[in-house]
Amino acid sequence: MNTTELRETLLDVRNLHASFGGIAALHGISLSVIANSVTAIIGPSGCGKSTFIRCLNRLHEEVPGATTQGEVWLDGQDILSADVDPVTLRRKIGMVFQKPNPFPAMSIYENVVAGLTLAGVRRRSVLNEVVEKTLNLAALWDEVKDKLHHPGSSLSGGQQQRLCIARALAIEPRVLLMDEPTSALDPISTARIEELIGELKREVTIVIVTHNMQQAARISDKTGFFLLGELVEFTDTSVLFTAPKDPRTERYITGRFG
Amino acid sequence: MKIIRKRRDIHHGDRYFYFLLKGLASGLPLLLFLIAAFLLKASWPTINEFGAAFLFTQDWDPVGEHFGVLAFAFGTIVSSLIAIAIGAPLSIFTALFLTELASSRVAKVAGFLVEMLAAIPSVVYGLWGIFVLAPILRIHVEPFLGKTLGFLPLFQGPPYGVGMLAAGIVLAIMIIPTITSVSREVFRSVPQSYREAAMALGATRWEVMRIAVLKTGSTGILGAVILGLGRALGETMAVTMVIGNRADISASLFSPAQTMSSVIANEYAEATSATHVAALLEIGLVLFLLTFIVNSLARVFVWRASLGRSAR
Repeated sequence: MNTTELRETLLDVRNLHASFGGIAALHGISLSVIANSVTAIIGPSGCGKSTFIRCLNRLHEEVPGATTQGEVWLDGQDILSADVDPVTLRRKIGMVFQKPNPFPAMSIYENVVAGLTLAGVRRRSVLNEVVEKTLNLAALWDEVKDKLHHPGSSLSGGQQQRLCIARALAIEPRVLLMDEPTSALDPISTARIEELIGELKREVTIVIVTHNMQQAARISDKTGFFLLGELVEFTDTSVLFTAPKDPRTERYITGRFG
Repeated sequence: MKIIRKRRDIHHGDRYFYFLLKGLASGLPLLLFLIAAFLLKASWPTINEFGAAFLFTQDWDPVGEHFGVLAFAFGTIVSSLIAIAIGAPLSIFTALFLTELASSRVAKVAGFLVEMLAAIPSVVYGLWGIFVLAPILRIHVEPFLGKTLGFLPLFQGPPYGVGMLAAGIVLAIMIIPTITSVSREVFRSVPQSYREAAMALGATRWEVMRIAVLKTGSTGILGAVILGLGRALGETMAVTMVIGNRADISASLFSPAQTMSSVIANEYAEATSATHVAALLEIGLVLFLLTFIVNSLARVFVWRASLGRSAR
């Protein structure tokens, strides 16, 4: 617990508000994400947890009628400010989605390097190196190294999700956002991804949304509990699950609602 | 008792209705085979007489009774390919704009108007082609192309206005609604999550369309284009009016040509000898087979594109 306190804050969210078509989804969220840690966001459906992480890479604002207010500081810059280009920002903040979504018309190889080719990297030797490195990081290399040019959609669901993790890691983001990455997967694939998250935090700072409290307890260093668009409690995971301060948190983690 | 009988009567009605619909539904595929069989039978004299040479010679001499379809097949295929070359990119980008960029109101109105292009009778396209398009081509476009790109055989020769290029352009406009509306369906069926995946990798708007929408929908787009090709291959009236009707195989897009459908339309009324009639019917058979194959191919692609999506 003390070791995380000593580390630097990478992402500082200050008074973040968000809405969809006039309906508020987030009411003044403030929290700090520590570098090379795993921050879990839990809460019942509709509590705004997905909206929250979609604000962090500014994907939220791509939805028609969506608005965002507040500040999110990364590397001394408010990434929500108008003069930050979301396209550039998203190279620093990667994302893995709920449903595995490798591009169906691309091979495994092409999927991994998709972000790099977008950024203009063309050299085969560089790409080859990145593919091997990131697929290793995503614990997928051994399973796919002989079929890199098969379509990404030929893999199993769990493999597809690890491919998506590799795809997000290939552009070396500072932060990796994961929006319920295991909710569409079977228990074995889920366990593999959880294990992977534990290893990845050496490379990248992770913010993960999950509806699975056990998962948050197993893999995260800090947990935030969202309810109706509010951040009810945000503290060390071990504290939140054993001695929550807010009665609403306690009711949620003991399974009395949500 | 009465009630039961009444119910049985209703039941009988259902049965008659069932057989009626079944008869109609199975009658239509039968019609397809009957037409194919009729064409085969009616063109048998020339099939017998000329064999495969009919397909590979370009003689068309009703007086000397030498018949070959090659010049017309050339006209049909080349005019259709010009139509695809012009119409497909226009349609695909229109569809992309309508699904990815336009507001839903603009998309609705513009989409409706584009589909209305399909409602214009083809003879009206022909009139427009003769009186508006051909003079523009003759006076402005063809001399300009000849001056700038005249080193290519495609753009050599005198500017007639009517000819292969005019036919290709008219056909392009006629197939735009087909390709646009099928492409729109294809793009609309691309799940949002691929667009978001691309965005999350730092793709610009155009790059999102390129890697998430166009690439994912490529099979379906191919189907849409082939469907448009099928329509262009069979189109008769408008083409007959603007292509110039000369049975020539020329490298120049400016020169008049003739298609399989236009030669049938031009000559069926004045064909007197049995061989001439059979030759026209054999052209009909070739055209029928060609469009049948092309359309089937298109269906397979579109079907595969939507099937692959729903399985995921």
